[in-house]
Amino acid sequence: MSGLAFDIAHLLGALVLTLSFALLYQRRLTAAINVVAMQAAVLAAAAAWQAITRDSPHLFATAAIALVFKAIAVPALLHWLIRRLNISSTVEPVFGVTLTMGLGVGVTALAILLVLPLTAGETLLLREDLAFALAVALLGPLLMIARRNAVVQVVGFMSMENGLILAAVGVKGMPLVVEASVSFSVMVATFIFGVFFFHIRERFDSLDVSRLEEMQGERHP
Amino acid sequence: MTALAILVVQLVAPAVLAPLLTGLIRKIKARLLGRRGPPLLQPYRDLARLMRKEPILAHNASWLFRGAPYGALGAVWLAMAAIPTFTTVSLGLGLDLIAIAGLLGLARILLALAGMDVGTSFGGLGTSREMTIGALAEPALFIAIMTLALVAHSTALPDLTLALSEGVGLRVSLALALGAIVMVAMAETGRIPIDNPATHLELTMVHEAMVLEYSGRHLALIELGAMLKLALYLSLIACIFTPWGIARDAQPAALAIGLGLWLLKLAAGGLALAVFETAIAKMRVFRYPEFLGAALLFGVLGTVFLYISQHLK
Amino acid sequence: MTALLVVLGVPAGAALVLAFIANWRLAAWLNVAASAATFIAAAALFTAERPAPGHLLLVDDFNIYLIALTAFVALTTAIFSASYIAHEIQRQRLTSRLLRFYHAMYQAFIGSMLMALSADNLGLMWVAVEAATLSTALMVSLYRTPAAIEAAWKYFILCGVGIALALFGTMLMYLAAQPALGEGMAAVTWSTLLAHAANFDPALLNVAFVFLLVGYGTKVGLAPLHAWLPDAHAEGPTPISAVLSGLLLNVALYAVLRFKMLLAANPQALAPGPLMIGMGLLSLSLSALMLYRRRDIKRLFAYSSIEHMGIAAFAFGMGGPLANFAGLLHMTMHSLVKAAIFFTVGHIAQVKGSQRIADITGLTTSHPALGWSLVAGVVAIAGLPPFGVFTSEFLVVSSTFARQPALALPVAVGLLVCFGALLLRLHHLAFGPSSPNAAGSHAVPTLSLVPIWLHLALALVAGIYLPAPLVAWFQSVARLLG
Repeated sequence: MSGLAFDIAHLLGALVLTLSFALLYQRRLTAAINVVAMQAAVLAAAAAWQAITRDSPHLFATAAIALVFKAIAVPALLHWLIRRLNISSTVEPVFGVTLTMGLGVGVTALAILLVLPLTAGETLLLREDLAFALAVALLGPLLMIARRNAVVQVVGFMSMENGLILAAVGVKGMPLVVEASVSFSVMVATFIFGVFFFHIRERFDSLDVSRLEEMQGERHP
Repeated sequence: MTALAILVVQLVAPAVLAPLLTGLIRKIKARLLGRRGPPLLQPYRDLARLMRKEPILAHNASWLFRGAPYGALGAVWLAMAAIPTFTTVSLGLGLDLIAIAGLLGLARILLALAGMDVGTSFGGLGTSREMTIGALAEPALFIAIMTLALVAHSTALPDLTLALSEGVGLRVSLALALGAIVMVAMAETGRIPIDNPATHLELTMVHEAMVLEYSGRHLALIELGAMLKLALYLSLIACIFTPWGIARDAQPAALAIGLGLWLLKLAAGGLALAVFETAIAKMRVFRYPEFLGAALLFGVLGTVFLYISQHLK
Repeated sequence: MTALLVVLGVPAGAALVLAFIANWRLAAWLNVAASAATFIAAAALFTAERPAPGHLLLVDDFNIYLIALTAFVALTTAIFSASYIAHEIQRQRLTSRLLRFYHAMYQAFIGSMLMALSADNLGLMWVAVEAATLSTALMVSLYRTPAAIEAAWKYFILCGVGIALALFGTMLMYLAAQPALGEGMAAVTWSTLLAHAANFDPALLNVAFVFLLVGYGTKVGLAPLHAWLPDAHAEGPTPISAVLSGLLLNVALYAVLRFKMLLAANPQALAPGPLMIGMGLLSLSLSALMLYRRRDIKRLFAYSSIEHMGIAAFAFGMGGPLANFAGLLHMTMHSLVKAAIFFTVGHIAQVKGSQRIADITGLTTSHPALGWSLVAGVVAIAGLPPFGVFTSEFLVVSSTFARQPALALPVAVGLLVCFGALLLRLHHLAFGPSSPNAAGSHAVPTLSLVPIWLHLALALVAGIYLPAPLVAWFQSVARLLG
């Protein structure tokens, strides 16, 4: 792989990891959703770049799925839910941002120190992608632990799968990458729908949350 | 002969131009807010006015209080002279990035001690905040320096400038280091969102609170030091991240181009800073650690990415 | 091959059909019919020609009995479920719209488990396990109470993280296989992997296994990754608790064992035993302590599932023909007995209108059939003779004594502590003055008790006499497991 092609791939991989850290910083739900959508968009770019440089067209499908589902559809769904359910947009972290950051850096170092010696025989880009991917995949659960909020947990889960897809994209000739990314997306989307959607429907017998406000109106005239 | 001339320009030009830069930023900010703003040369007039005035000292002020402004300005000035603003030749000072960071730290310590010297509450408050920021900003700066040193295999600025101007490809690490240094610079020079140089509101001021006791020529020196520090950070960022056009030898034509480009870079930096400050709100004091933590994180990530890509190659 | 396609096709087709059937009575019977068809096809697998290995699907000595067991328990659970949901409709805890969803998801869940069991392709297995997670998570939240939603959420998040780590492990496994097998499908096909495992990169193989053990281990419910299990069992409908405990945990353990076989085939790779032994012992001792403090009857038996999965993991971690044999037997016995217990508990919770242990006493006087079924079930699961769980636990302890006496001690202590806790609770539940029944509770129809008795009878037979062909077969699989 030529110098520039590698540099671009490196840039995109590093951006995915940097955005994972940016995610740990967010105090607002909407901002967190936007960051994870951005991460998915960068992931799509990374997949597309791999598809071009390695001449493996099936990665374009992965890129398209990342872009359509993860960067657009699921974030839009989450935004819609937040509006619909009137979820408060600020999340206070369970423990401090500094501690979270420290842990994040530690986890990243761990991922790199684990992956690099392990993959001594592989290509440069793959080793790097795997290291970044593992770091992202471990930062996702860290986010879930650091913020006890359902929406942030979905965001953390999405970020985790972004990392895994990054790894899968980097592994040369890995079959079923497309299938894996589809099933992840389906899982997230279905579950968000399944839980929130039905929850509301059962509770108020209608999807219209304005009924909730009506009830409050009756109680406090 | 040329070497001497270069040294003189290196030493004198920043001190002469720094108030102009400050004036320019104030002017642009005022224009952006729809005001006419003070004239460009107003900072010179302010400094001259302060120089003429007699400093008023508290009766319990010690020699440290009187000496600190001179020491602080001297340290900043020396650091400024070590930056290859328009040429990489003949600085002869042997000061590298770490020494520059050290000199800036020294200036801060002097002012902090002076701030506590008189024992007023504002001095102590300002000092405490300034030191908090410093304690967070310095590690971030050092980590960013480390990233740069890994790229150039040197911490000397002329080497760095040369190495980076030759092109090192697309480096995400450098972008992160740039982010870290810019954030540190904003904190260190007391700009929005960390501090507001135009306010004397006791709840929010940092630097201004620390030097509230100063007056007359002492204050002039401190103000000049602050202006110089701003010019220093802008020049530092310019010489590392936009190393184009910096003269590599003592050819008069190259020197002239270097000088002209430097002035342009300073003006562009000032413009960017003014636009940014107008667009953003000041942060709460409690958020400083997060802001500077992010700078530190950028530095660390930059180093990590660089480590990986160099380790692999 | 045809039989296998039927086994996989019937649940998939049934799930589609059931999604459109509004009449819940009809749907319940269709559910039973589909499960019966699946079971018959699964039984036919024993005589049918097996598909050639190396493609997407695989049938070998190891998974064929698990496929049959899964189809069998799915059938009996479907029968139990029919009477269970009739009662839930009567109590108005469920609506017919929810039941349409429930039946479709039930078949989808069974289908994805069978798919996971018969997959030769590691990617396919992963997708199937993920689908099983998704469908059960949705069913756990069926009652829509805040507690059920929370349980489903916990389940989804924890198992989602687990499944993601398992995918990373699968990728590392692919990388480990690449030097020997090159790119493409061959390097994710289990039977090809096993044939070439000796040439894999051992370091990558080790790390891959750690990720897979943690990932799939979350679904097995091994401590310290078990946090989702008690909640999911307690808050979901009882038929789901039964299939979760009886089947899903087995499937996840099966996935771990498949990877363990790859490690065992590589002489330079790390011995996977100590990891599994450690997690198994931790699960056993943790659940032993937790069993004493349970106030909810379904949670009580959920912790008992953690205990038994711990024992099975321990046995497979010890390795060797005898311990592996014991582990396989234990998986089977636990499925049968635990499913029977959950059937019983489902009826009990319905007649008493509560899951709180404090609200349930004296079952043998008020509901003799139910009460004595519970007694038999708990005696069986606690590991008393003459039930099959005794045989397998005895084999685990005695084979460990022979090889690692120091390890046998904590196992024996853990088993005794669990035994004590279960008998203590059983005494309270089954004997003494009977507590009042729920308003409008009815006698439990005998037909719906048949699955319970069938399961317990099988466990009893296995405890008294294991047919020689079955023994020979378990032994051949135990050898495969290394």
